[in-house]
Amino acid sequence: MGSLFRSEEVCLAQLFLQSASAYSCISELGERGLLEFRDLNPKVSPFQRRFVGEVRRCEEMEKTFTFLQQELRAAGRLPAPCPESPRAPAAREALRVQEQSEQLAQELREVSRSRSSLRDRLRDLRQHLHVLREGQRFTSLPVGPGVPAGLGREPILDPSLHHHLDRKINFVAGVIHPWRVTAFERLLWRACRGYLVASFVEMPEPMEDPATGESITWVIFLISYWGEQIGQKIRKISNCFHCQVYGYPESEASRTEAITRLHGQIQELSTLEETEKYLAEVLDKVAQVLPTWRVQVQKMKAIYLVLNQCSFDVTKKCLIAEVWCPVRDLTQVQDALRQGSVSGSCFVQRVPTTESPPTLIRTNKFTAGFQSIVDAYGVASYQEVNPAPYAIITFPFIFAIMFGDVGHGLLMFLFALWMVLYEDSPRLRQGTNEIWLTFFEGRYLILLMGAFSIYTGFIYNECFSKATAIFPSAWSVATMANHSSWSSAYLATHPSLTLDPNVTGVFQGPYPFGIDPIWSLATNHLNFLNSFKMKMSVVLGIVHMGFGVMLGVFNHVHFQQRHRLVLEFLPEMIFLLALFGYLVFLIFYKWIKFSAADSRVAPSILIHFIDMFLFTSNAENLPLYPGQVPVQMVLVVLALASVPVLLLGTPLYQWCRQRAPRTVRPRAVGGFMGITRRGIQHDFAEIFMHQAIHTIEYCLGCVSNTASYLRLWALSLAHAQLSEVLWSMVMRNGFVGLSYVGGVVLVPVFAAFAVLTVAILLVMEGLSAFLHALRLHWVEFQNKFYVGAGYKLCPFAFAPDTWE
Amino acid sequence: MTAHSFALPLVLFSAFCRLVGIAAPWFVPKGPNRGVIITMLVTTAVCCYLFWLIAILAQANPLFGPQLKNETIWYVRFLWE
Repeated sequence: MGSLFRSEEVCLAQLFLQSASAYSCISELGERGLLEFRDLNPKVSPFQRRFVGEVRRCEEMEKTFTFLQQELRAAGRLPAPCPESPRAPAAREALRVQEQSEQLAQELREVSRSRSSLRDRLRDLRQHLHVLREGQRFTSLPVGPGVPAGLGREPILDPSLHHHLDRKINFVAGVIHPWRVTAFERLLWRACRGYLVASFVEMPEPMEDPATGESITWVIFLISYWGEQIGQKIRKISNCFHCQVYGYPESEASRTEAITRLHGQIQELSTLEETEKYLAEVLDKVAQVLPTWRVQVQKMKAIYLVLNQCSFDVTKKCLIAEVWCPVRDLTQVQDALRQGSVSGSCFVQRVPTTESPPTLIRTNKFTAGFQSIVDAYGVASYQEVNPAPYAIITFPFIFAIMFGDVGHGLLMFLFALWMVLYEDSPRLRQGTNEIWLTFFEGRYLILLMGAFSIYTGFIYNECFSKATAIFPSAWSVATMANHSSWSSAYLATHPSLTLDPNVTGVFQGPYPFGIDPIWSLATNHLNFLNSFKMKMSVVLGIVHMGFGVMLGVFNHVHFQQRHRLVLEFLPEMIFLLALFGYLVFLIFYKWIKFSAADSRVAPSILIHFIDMFLFTSNAENLPLYPGQVPVQMVLVVLALASVPVLLLGTPLYQWCRQRAPRTVRPRAVGGFMGITRRGIQHDFAEIFMHQAIHTIEYCLGCVSNTASYLRLWALSLAHAQLSEVLWSMVMRNGFVGLSYVGGVVLVPVFAAFAVLTVAILLVMEGLSAFLHALRLHWVEFQNKFYVGAGYKLCPFAFAPDTWE
Repeated sequence: MTAHSFALPLVLFSAFCRLVGIAAPWFVPKGPNRGVIITMLVTTAVCCYLFWLIAILAQANPLFGPQLKNETIWYVRFLWE
């Protein structure tokens, strides 16, 4: 049936690889992703393994690549993902990649360094220029070339005063960070009060701060002072404040000369542009080759890590690798080895083993979602029956029982359909939101859940909590009214009346598909619906559990434990059917046999069931059929008799088989091998304990799990009531006003209804029903046959989505 | 309001489910997914049929009838029938 039914056959194999072609063989195998390698050197530390040198080399290359990537990112380029996946490079190519990458990294470093030094120098020059220009404003009458004409301001210091003073006026000029200006001023005044004049002006254009890289409008200051000591103090203070001080020549002429010289120097720095261009070229080259190199080196490193796990055979000069290989893929493995090795000298050989192999179940994009929810509970043991193919339908079906509503199911179905139809769009696939990815991974699951919800919605006859009359209702109000002469006056005095199915013509046959729409108009519809849903839950639960027990047959047959068919499966089925199968029979029998004519004396199934266990009878509870009591007694005795068979059957059988002379027979996985007498005793005790636990779990579980299925009733009731409340309290208010204003009011009312429907009924109830359906599968269904103690086969493969 | 037979829907729906669950599996094209598709068809047929059967049997012989408000009775009696 394909490997979804049970996991594939996986065997242990040994690969014999020549040292020369080991690398290329592993590369081939990695491209195909078939085998799981086992570590043959578990006790060797990573630093003592054979290929540690190569691994280190790869890591060095990766460090270089990280540096290159950082540089790319700093320059604002995003590295494009690698379009096709290149193969792992051979040794020579790897060397070339290493050399080239180091060369590129070196170039990049040099170019960046020269560029930053040029930029610093340019900034310095421009700051100096600005200082000189702005300083002109304070110290000279004739305006300089860069200062706007018509300033019309008196210079702060009259140059004519210069001659009158004995002391020479000196200047300190520089730039300071704008935040430090007030502190600087205050300290200057405190330290040298009166002996200096400080003026501050903002620079006309913002410039980069070398430390932080952000653009700041620096403040230029010009301090004119008298006296040498004051000068020293000022210089010390400006040093403390990390100001950039520039020389400020005193005479006018030297200042203009300095300005023209600075202009010239700035022009010379045109090499900065060429440097930038060269840097861009280098970055382009890097961006082109970096993605391919990264993938190649990652593959190389993975191959060497795998080669480290192999053991070296000195006599035959080859590497031996132990792998788990699916039997179906052995020919492919041989192909790969032939392709990878130079002289066809590598080969694969199957090795027998008593260890339990890993589980491999091949899935496609549709079945992967269902397999993952089964695996979330426990990976299937090797070659045991996989519940996933049945869960494809039963899980959405059980969800739909708890969610049944045509409208909500349709919305869910359309949402999933959109995801499925556009599943190849990169925008959907590359979402980073985890919650969205969870929904997207389960799109087929949600599709089926929505489809089944539409079906159960039709059966429950609920569409956004309203019943639809696809077929006309089977209950005739007119007949009842005529029979009981309900006139308008009579109706006015009686607020609620019941239709009596005993009257001919009132009830005219069951509604052909689903629940009759009249029940949605009735005030006692919960009475009917509760009875219907409870019985439905019990029936479906017992059918589901019986199916689970029957799946165990496949396990018993496959593992060649046919004795378990008689000693376990048979008592289990008898117990289940004798008690709970009989309950299902009672339910169906009462539905068919009892009608409104004997509604007064209709027996209660629940009381009959309880009396069955207690071996009593209730006089008021009429029997359903003649001879019910003896039949029930026989069934209970049968069920009770099957319990000791279940408890002792298998252990005794195995004990007898041990004592009998040993015959050659194929030992199945899980067979019991006791050698000495004491060994037999010990193992027998363990087996007996295991079987006792299984028996208790099964018998008590039958009762509690049947009751657990009543959550199907509980959740569907909750969903129906929630949607009804939402309709009657939110949406109906929009229909009350019949004028045009009412039409306008309907719009926000509908908006509120829609938002609450999606948030509460679809998301919250959907998640709740999903969870409970999952629990019913994991616990009630699977503990009848599933062990789930396996581990997955993780083949060595170069997965494309791990590279980025 | 109208008489519904019990036999007719039973026969029709049973036939439909048998079509899906027993006949359709023969027409599934051969391929790696044949087993899964057949399992899905059979399981769907069984689940849906059982659910429908429970719904119709629960209503086949009702032990009590719906209790309606007087407004509902008036509306249905005089405006629908």
